[in-house]
Amino acid sequence: MKAHPIKAAAFLQNEARADWHDESLWFVRAKRDKAAHEIPEWEQLRELASQIKDHTLSRLDDYLEDFERHALENGVQVHWAEDAAAHNRIIQSILKKHRARRVVKSKSMLTEECQLNAYLEQHDIEVVDTDLGERIIQMRGEPPSHIVMPAIHLKKEEVGQLFHEQLRTEKGATDPKYLTEAARQHLRHSFLKADAAITGVNFAIAETGGVVVCTNEGNADMGTHLARVQIHCMGIEKIIPQTKHLGVFTRLLARSATGQPSTIYTSHYHRPRPGAAMHIVIVDNGRSKQLSRPDFRNSLKCIRCGACINTCPIYRRSGGHSYGSTVPGPIGSILTPGLDLKKYSSLPFASTLCGSCSDVCPVKIDIHEQLYRWRQIITREGHLPRTKKWVMKIAGSILSRPGWYEQAGKTARRLLRGLPRILVYAPLNIWGKGRELPPPPRQSFREWYRKNREE
Amino acid sequence: MSKKKMLSAIKTAKPPLSSMPAVPPFPTEQRPASEIFGAQAAQSGSRVLLAADFDGISQAIHFLYPQARCIASPLPQVTSGIELKNCEPSDLQAVDVAVLNGQLGVAENGAVWIAEEDMVHRVLPFITQHLVLLLPQDQIVYNMHEAYQQITIDEGGFGLFVAGPSKTADIEQSLVIGAQAARSLTIFLT
Amino acid sequence: MKTALFIPCYIDQFYPQVGIATLQLLERLGCEPHFPEAQTCCGQPMANTGCEQEAQESYQHFVKVFQHYDYVVTPSGSCAYHVRKHYDVLEQTEAVQHLRRNTLDLAEFLLQVLKIKSLDARFPARVGLHQSCHGLRGLRLGSGSERNIKEYSALRTLLNMVDGIEIAELQRPDECCGFGGTFAIQEPDISVKMGKDRIADHQRAAVEVITAGDMSCLMHLEGILRRQQSPIQVKHIAEILNSQV
Repeated sequence: MKAHPIKAAAFLQNEARADWHDESLWFVRAKRDKAAHEIPEWEQLRELASQIKDHTLSRLDDYLEDFERHALENGVQVHWAEDAAAHNRIIQSILKKHRARRVVKSKSMLTEECQLNAYLEQHDIEVVDTDLGERIIQMRGEPPSHIVMPAIHLKKEEVGQLFHEQLRTEKGATDPKYLTEAARQHLRHSFLKADAAITGVNFAIAETGGVVVCTNEGNADMGTHLARVQIHCMGIEKIIPQTKHLGVFTRLLARSATGQPSTIYTSHYHRPRPGAAMHIVIVDNGRSKQLSRPDFRNSLKCIRCGACINTCPIYRRSGGHSYGSTVPGPIGSILTPGLDLKKYSSLPFASTLCGSCSDVCPVKIDIHEQLYRWRQIITREGHLPRTKKWVMKIAGSILSRPGWYEQAGKTARRLLRGLPRILVYAPLNIWGKGRELPPPPRQSFREWYRKNREE
Repeated sequence: MSKKKMLSAIKTAKPPLSSMPAVPPFPTEQRPASEIFGAQAAQSGSRVLLAADFDGISQAIHFLYPQARCIASPLPQVTSGIELKNCEPSDLQAVDVAVLNGQLGVAENGAVWIAEEDMVHRVLPFITQHLVLLLPQDQIVYNMHEAYQQITIDEGGFGLFVAGPSKTADIEQSLVIGAQAARSLTIFLT
Repeated sequence: MKTALFIPCYIDQFYPQVGIATLQLLERLGCEPHFPEAQTCCGQPMANTGCEQEAQESYQHFVKVFQHYDYVVTPSGSCAYHVRKHYDVLEQTEAVQHLRRNTLDLAEFLLQVLKIKSLDARFPARVGLHQSCHGLRGLRLGSGSERNIKEYSALRTLLNMVDGIEIAELQRPDECCGFGGTFAIQEPDISVKMGKDRIADHQRAAVEVITAGDMSCLMHLEGILRRQQSPIQVKHIAEILNSQV
């Protein structure tokens, strides 16, 4: 996989487009700020949410068992999947059992993580993503670039062209209203034909055995209530203990995600409707491993609001695809190294550690601190380029020895003053790519101090 | 087998027990909840009307949706154009306006709780082109904490908070009302 | 009160005037900080690159040099934050704990220890304040736009004590400049783009000078400004607070 800096540089080739991308996301961040500032108890809610999740993780096995028991009592079929492969197999077997060939799916980052669509298509099952953004990128055959706004990287002209080719909309039509209407008509058809509906899960309530799904479009419900079979896929970390905790999380989720006071639809599923079937698939896929890492386990508190992605100055200027992981941005950069450290070793470095991600996080995950800690592990496990490691080793030696340090500083300044510009700004000088070096002074502070305060 | 393996992995991995925080009551505003509700619902694109301003709900529906060919409702005061008890969910694709009872309103976000028994069909509030809800004014609470205290989420097999018309901003962040589900939401306060 | 002055390595070598301004300012306020000459670096450049191991010697050296002072003052929110937050990997001896409590950024020292209410300073210029991230979100020198708490900014409070200064309002008052230590080298394209965007915000606000609590951010911004041949100057906040133009 190409490292983040290379893909980021490619994204920045079109600077006007990068500016547009940055502004689009900043707009969402600004809406989030406004919504958060309208709730006087906002910071208290974040703390509560964080503590509820801490508690839940500390008893996760118990709560999962409670959840399953209650779900079974409700007539729901519960399945357990250790990894992505098991998850996909289970879904396929459920579909097979119900003779379901046509599936509609609402947004689920988990099924994205498990690459469910590709798997089902291999088994001759038609899957239609029904969230508008997801449908767009599905038609384009590319992964989402954002967990809440999957097609945020696309311009309306590109969507217009795509719809013209695939949905026969008018050529050159770019009005979002017109394009959305075309998608509505197209998707209604899919909903009415579907045998089964798959959704993700926002919250799973241990005390009732039910799941909550939040959407703005209503697409999850258009699917589940028309199809004969409804399947909800959830990571083990989606559990919350009690109904009353929904009060805390629903207040935080939409405000953090888009600045809305609530998603339009907050659907609570507990039992299949008469004559239909309801399944829940509980998935681990690396999560219990993450739970075992004291420094990183609290990344499992994430409620997938995307606020850290919207605020991240690197994400905004490099786009979701530059990360090469299912979940991009800061949260993705602390989750994915846990799955494959070598493959994703550039992600924890795709940050200035500015800390904005941690401060917008509604469950107070210390994201930037975890990025820092992943960096240490990447070095320890030998995934930092050797040259870089050597430079750091030498720097470490010089910077802890006053004599060496002073001599090195003097030499560097003298060289910078004396060398011709072409040598100083040679291609190897990455700093000089878009920046001048500071003009080297004749005297360091310590030399001045010696002369002016000690003599 | 997977279940056992997964649970045992979690048991080994989980951190030491941390205590469960209590969710305290939060101070509410001075203004009446119904007033805040109206403002919030309007902001989310809902239309909030006082039932008292009309000559009965049936009249109001015909006044507001003169073009509607199919009105669906389980309410005795509304003549339903479709026999809800004896139809399939997919038959509801023809519904222009659905009129349903809402149980509880939430002031902070303009959301209304609809219980399964009031929907007849779970898909009805979604598949209808336009959704109309009747909500008693004295059934509006300030925030989601109070709301979850009042409702029983697992009373039926399905329950819904709806906070406006179906919407999307997936194309260039432009807000479009009327994505996959109901194109409008009208709430009559009774 | 025994106070030591910690001048971060890059300030010592490239921006001696910032060290001088910090020292003179503290002296004018009646504090006589000592500059222990054996000091080098807090170790942050290595640690942020993932080389905490390679930084250990610097950490130990820092502790050895500074442990006997009541306070360590530094004109860098970032270095102060590093000592306070990331020296947690050292054995937590009394000396380490003491330093993790009492290594302060200049602004913190002025407002919390010296508790200054006014300053004899004058700087007649239109200034844009860059809130360096480690000071802002690490040391909590300001409320930050993300959190819903009462608004405050230590740097703004200090700048407001200066005569003649005009502080410009920015569209994104606390977005990162893109320096990020070795990030500036590892992700040069994004780093420079972030810096350009920050500068554009200051340009729209028609500032003459950009100031910050961290010279590292300013070094990055200055590099871009000079490449653009912009007339905008950068000045560390210590230089403005010590200014009597």
